[in-house]
Amino acid sequence: MVSEALKAQMRETVARYPLARSAMLPCLHLAQDEIGYLSDEAIVAVAEAIGVKSDEVESVVTFYSMFHQEPKGRHVIKVCASVSCYLMGCDAVIDRLERRLGVRRGETTPDGRFTLEAVECLAACGMAPALQVNGEFVEQVSPERAERLVTFLEEGGDMAQVRNDWRQFSDGAGMATETEIGATTKASDNGVSNTKKVR
Amino acid sequence: MADSTETQTERAPLPLGPNPRFITENFEVPGIDQIDVYRAHGGYEALAKALKSFQPDDLVEEVKKSGLRGRGGAGFATGLKWSFLPKESPKPRYLCVNGDESEPGTFKDRMIMEVSPHLLVEGVIIASYATKVHHAFIYVRGELLKAGLQVERAVREAAEAGFIGKNILGSGFDLAITVHHGAGAYICGEESALLESLEGKRGYPRLKPPFPAVVGLYSGPTVINNVETLAALPAIARYGADVYAAYGTEKSKGTRVYCLSGHVNRPGNYEAPLGLPMRTLIEDLGGGMRDGRAVKAIIPGGSSSPMLGADKLDLPLDYEAVAAAGSMLGSAGVIVVDDQTCIVGATLRMSEFYRDESCGKCTPCREGTFWLVQLVERLEAGEGRESDIDLLLDICDNMFGKCFCPLGDAATSCIVSSIKLFRDEYIHHVREHACLVGPGATRAHATAEAHAR
Repeated sequence: MVSEALKAQMRETVARYPLARSAMLPCLHLAQDEIGYLSDEAIVAVAEAIGVKSDEVESVVTFYSMFHQEPKGRHVIKVCASVSCYLMGCDAVIDRLERRLGVRRGETTPDGRFTLEAVECLAACGMAPALQVNGEFVEQVSPERAERLVTFLEEGGDMAQVRNDWRQFSDGAGMATETEIGATTKASDNGVSNTKKVR
Repeated sequence: MADSTETQTERAPLPLGPNPRFITENFEVPGIDQIDVYRAHGGYEALAKALKSFQPDDLVEEVKKSGLRGRGGAGFATGLKWSFLPKESPKPRYLCVNGDESEPGTFKDRMIMEVSPHLLVEGVIIASYATKVHHAFIYVRGELLKAGLQVERAVREAAEAGFIGKNILGSGFDLAITVHHGAGAYICGEESALLESLEGKRGYPRLKPPFPAVVGLYSGPTVINNVETLAALPAIARYGADVYAAYGTEKSKGTRVYCLSGHVNRPGNYEAPLGLPMRTLIEDLGGGMRDGRAVKAIIPGGSSSPMLGADKLDLPLDYEAVAAAGSMLGSAGVIVVDDQTCIVGATLRMSEFYRDESCGKCTPCREGTFWLVQLVERLEAGEGRESDIDLLLDICDNMFGKCFCPLGDAATSCIVSSIKLFRDEYIHHVREHACLVGPGATRAHATAEAHAR
């Protein structure tokens, strides 16, 4: 169901751009965030909001890897599988998660709680291996920590808690408290873990 | 060598000490992502100075003088790029910020956007003023949710404080900034694909020329700059081009944020002057190799740059020196690979990236990236033939320079360079049906993995 509020949000988004069509990706994000996936109805609503045919919207949807036309699990775990994470052992993390969740990469658990994906570089190479749960980073994960994370989420744990106490899941061996080395300082994690999500 | 001695004396003492941090100076300050903290540490003073002391064209000259070059990958001179914008145009001109960071091995822009989004926003406003742009777009990679939200909030705060909007700080300069979230496509980091994406289309690269400076977003003249490039502007405006240009090498000025990853003890982002010796980055800043292992290969500028052997450890990390060594500084994503790593396995992983991210617009890239993976996969699984190695090089030859955009070229880098440096290791896979080093050397892990796909 595409709500009137969502349609209004789309119209508002369209107005921010010099050309309505530029609101394509933002409107698709809005619809997917609210409905959970891009249903046929959502695609029609986006097409109407920006004044193009729904085929054109669908052609865009199928190009971008973040858009999906089927529902996903409540917790979408995306494990980076690109080269820096590969060197640091991400395949073992993915293997362990596959066994723990009983699904292969790309699949959703039958109860609809978890979707496991292996994705391309998440720009977290300095804290590899890295994964995201619904867009939130968990870095320096080992197979054991990944498993702990799943248990935590199964027990109703909140990702906000992971954010505030990420060492519980990632062994942050001195990463955030790295002292100065000469005049050049490591700045990979500073300020990141204590900042609040703003939306 | 009288000249060089003279240069030495001229350059010493360096105005801000040996290791200025033009970008990451205040990154350890708690709450630097909030506008009041950012301002308490001198934030937006550079903007005020730029608006007050410079006419737009003078600012372009100042940036030219600073020697600042694009930090996204190509390393094109920023001020020169700006000066390609036509003086008169019937269509509005735009600035697009490339925050679509997704080059494997690169994680600096995400840090800048997450930790100090106001630094980027200040840079965007300065660049817009210099290029006489009244609407700037910040394209943030969709997966980088937090970075996008941080930048969005920073733009909102800056607008409330009067740094964005009408008549900024009484200068008569107007600017609107729109933050735009991508949706998962490496190709959108290519500037013309980014424009297509911003126009609500599939992210296919455009034919060039015309270049975006002439026909860009909505067919208007458009500047596209990387996040780190723009984040350097407040420092240039604040300290002056001469101070910035006092660092680095003759042609690679200023500092870079080097992204160090792979088998080192302290991976992370390190800001240092251009020309930093690779050995200093890996051994001093990065704390050396993990488990006391040796360096086998270094990928100096993200996975699109050809890998280099351990004999290049003393290479200065600047655009010219890395290019002369047969690679490129690219995004300065330095990936260090140790001697216990199977190079065929690592190459396979990099090749898979380009196959998955090829947009499919042109045949050499769409087909080539697919077949490269097929062959490397077969070799890694111990099921390849020796002729596959030359076949790989042949495919690369058919791709390099023949694809529509640089993605196809990039896909050949890891293959060609790894075969050049480690051909014996490829041959070992064929003859012994196993890896030379790593877990695959003793058991058929590779085969099992390949079959599991």
